[in-house]
Amino acid sequence: MKYKKNDLILGALILVAALIIWGIMMMLSSKGSEVVVYEDGKELYRYSLSDNIRQEIISSAGVNVLIIENGECYLEDADCPDKLCVKQGKIGKIGESIVCLPHKVVITIEGEGGSEYDATAQ
Amino acid sequence: MGLLLATALILSYIESLIPFFFGVPGMKLGLPNMAIVMALYMFGWKEAIVINVFRIVISGFLFGNMYGILFSLSGAVISFIAMLIIKSTDRFSMTGTSIIGGVFHNIAQILVAAFVVKTSGIIYYMPVLIIAGVITGFINGTIASQVMAHIRRIIK
Repeated sequence: MKYKKNDLILGALILVAALIIWGIMMMLSSKGSEVVVYEDGKELYRYSLSDNIRQEIISSAGVNVLIIENGECYLEDADCPDKLCVKQGKIGKIGESIVCLPHKVVITIEGEGGSEYDATAQ
Repeated sequence: MGLLLATALILSYIESLIPFFFGVPGMKLGLPNMAIVMALYMFGWKEAIVINVFRIVISGFLFGNMYGILFSLSGAVISFIAMLIIKSTDRFSMTGTSIIGGVFHNIAQILVAAFVVKTSGIIYYMPVLIIAGVITGFINGTIASQVMAHIRRIIK
């Protein structure tokens, strides 16, 4: 079975569109200055990204261990079942997030003037 | 149909074993979608829905949890609707359908994730997820259409 030409056009169009948007976002993104922790859309903590700290984020569903060092932050450990948040690695640019879905916890990097996105959906 | 359901379950299991993760929430290979696309083209949309629902519920109980079932159902429903629409235009082959399925699966999952955590910031990862959806959808669709061609030959 061969591809139809439309398949390749469709795939290529979506790919190019997404790449352009991604490229623009990458160009615009700059180093953040604050680490903001949200639980269920509500701001829980706010730290400076220039500090070096180790902090347990205690939310109603569990605990995530947040590390901030060298202008980046990551989650060292969590007691959620999948630990996907730990695997998401280090973030440091404005707009980047680590999401722990089971705990409804989001850690977002923000710049001086707050987030470039509207922080809460509701 | 039972064969395809079994295939989908095995693919779900394989997917749960592969630590495929590029630091983006909601990203998956979508291997089980191969079986769903095949069901869609071999039988029809009703059969494909049955296989899809059973696949998600059974694999959820076997390899995941209740929470995961609801999460993947949302992605599956949206991607299935998108695939049906694309298929009904008759302008695309299995690969095109699979690409659309992959893209919409990822879009749906990140929207649900944003809704669950009530934070829209993670929509930041949308472009990456769309790109991933195109690539995985293309690979899955290609494999699925190859397998289909073989199966048709055997049945004949």
